[in-house]
Amino acid sequence: MNRFIGFIKKEFFHILRDKRSMLILFGMPIVQLLLFGFMITTELRNVNIAILDHAKDNYSLEITNKITSSGYFNLTENLQSEKEIEEIFRAGKANAVIVFDRSLERDVVNGFPGKIQLITDASDPNVANLVVKYLEGIVQNYQITLNRTTLNTVGIKPEMRMVFNPALESVYMYVPGIMATILMLVSAMMTSISIAREKELGTMEILLVSPLRPVQIILGKVTPYLVLSVINAIVIISMGYFVFHVPVLGSLVFLMVESILFILLALSLGILISTVADSQQVAMMISMFALMLPTILLSGFIFPIRNMPLPLQVLSNIMPPKWYIVILKNIMLKGVGVAYVWKETLILIGMTLAFIGLSVRKFKIRLE
Amino acid sequence: MDQETKVIKVRNMYKKFGDFIANDDLSFDVFKGEIFGFLGANGAGKTTAIRILCGLSYPTSGEIEVAGFNVYKQRELLKRKIGYMSQKFSLYEDLTVYENIRFYGGIYGLPLKEIKRKATDLLQRLNLEAVRDTRIGELPLGWKQKLAFSVALIHEPEIIFLDEPTGGVDPITRRQFWDLIYEAAKSGVTIFVTTHYMDEAEYCDRISIMVDGKIEALDTPDHLKEQFNAETMNDVFLRLAR
Repeated sequence: MNRFIGFIKKEFFHILRDKRSMLILFGMPIVQLLLFGFMITTELRNVNIAILDHAKDNYSLEITNKITSSGYFNLTENLQSEKEIEEIFRAGKANAVIVFDRSLERDVVNGFPGKIQLITDASDPNVANLVVKYLEGIVQNYQITLNRTTLNTVGIKPEMRMVFNPALESVYMYVPGIMATILMLVSAMMTSISIAREKELGTMEILLVSPLRPVQIILGKVTPYLVLSVINAIVIISMGYFVFHVPVLGSLVFLMVESILFILLALSLGILISTVADSQQVAMMISMFALMLPTILLSGFIFPIRNMPLPLQVLSNIMPPKWYIVILKNIMLKGVGVAYVWKETLILIGMTLAFIGLSVRKFKIRLE
Repeated sequence: MDQETKVIKVRNMYKKFGDFIANDDLSFDVFKGEIFGFLGANGAGKTTAIRILCGLSYPTSGEIEVAGFNVYKQRELLKRKIGYMSQKFSLYEDLTVYENIRFYGGIYGLPLKEIKRKATDLLQRLNLEAVRDTRIGELPLGWKQKLAFSVALIHEPEIIFLDEPTGGVDPITRRQFWDLIYEAAKSGVTIFVTTHYMDEAEYCDRISIMVDGKIEALDTPDHLKEQFNAETMNDVFLRLAR
């Protein structure tokens, strides 16, 4: 046991004395979270829009007022004709144009849905998406108040039925995603690099020649990263909670248990990578391409899985972070317990066991 | 050297990787306190043999005993009795001198008190007390190598394996390093060393020369020179390795 503690102590020295490791471990999660969290909200405070008002009636004026007073949009221009729409997009003066149909008031009064067209500059699809949702929300709110004030409720039939708070929803999405990315990065990449470093420097041979068993060496290498990853998970959850008000509706203990399971999975992946990589650079490259990119792109973190082409949807099933993100969302946002995520949990357990088994085999082959 | 006590006994050792025979019927003994030179061109099978003797890999067949332990069944016991230092430098650059000593003492299960005593003793002997708390990375290569050697002896092994320990070191440091080796041998530690420097070969008590997986010659440097009618060990080596 004393040997083991000595080993872990040494491992902590390595980490604490390396500025780059420290930066990746503690700088990155915070910066990423702030970046993803604030990027969404700040962008939506400065969206430029233009309005083409064919109706020029009470309804169109009031909706325009609601939009400009919402704080999310700047009205940059009042357009006179359809021709100007393309022009204003080309010039980049507006991210969205709202067109009020000439017969808006007549339609509403006659009981038809009033026609409002939203045209957004989709060269940045994420922003466009959010803009549409915001504008829809504002228009719908207006319709609700309208229905409340008029005695004649036939006045408006709302076309959009969703109640939205997209800014918050985005952060809700990003916190689990960042958790998965950071834990993957810290656990898998850092472990594989640190084991590869011992090989590169020739110290691994010394350790193998010593009475330490290979299992002890591996455990000694991963334990510090397990501890640091758990700390990171706590930091991310509390930052999400205190800075972005992302709730944790489910059990915090259950959330941590699932997170530790995911950390173990990432650690075993890191060990697996280190059995094939002989240098730090190779370990880094494999981690980057085999872990980081799929984690970010295929886990549903940034791009919704249901929007992917079928082959990628199938592929996303073998990405461990996908299942972890599903579990996180369920626990944090829906507050459900193990009864609802046991399937995902089993998948993670299965993957962890598979990776451990594979690395043990690889390790044995290397020793021969 | 103690000609009575054999600390390494190798009989008919084979190691095959598929069709390739890395070690082809090796048989030799190494005596207690001996400096045993293990020579051979690159790829002759030296490293494979050392790995087997250190308990890092299994031989395909053969009877091998190191420090009285069987390399098939008693690897863990064997590992406590041997030390190892490779051509690659083997202390941690980002740890201080003392932290390195404590770490290596620790993985061999020495109590902290003993480690402290040994560290003081070791630093005094090497005249390195002033750099006790300096990180290894800041020391000159010669100092590091001497330290690495002394640290490899911290658990008082019976045999120490040195795999090209003096690669890339200046002649003066090399000479000093060999002084350390002599000192260790005198105190009864068996030295099993590989090298590419033929002047170092002359310092060994006995030398084996491996060619293509086989031991082609094994004797004292003087006998080998006589046997091959050569002026220097260099000539002996060239004649065999060609």
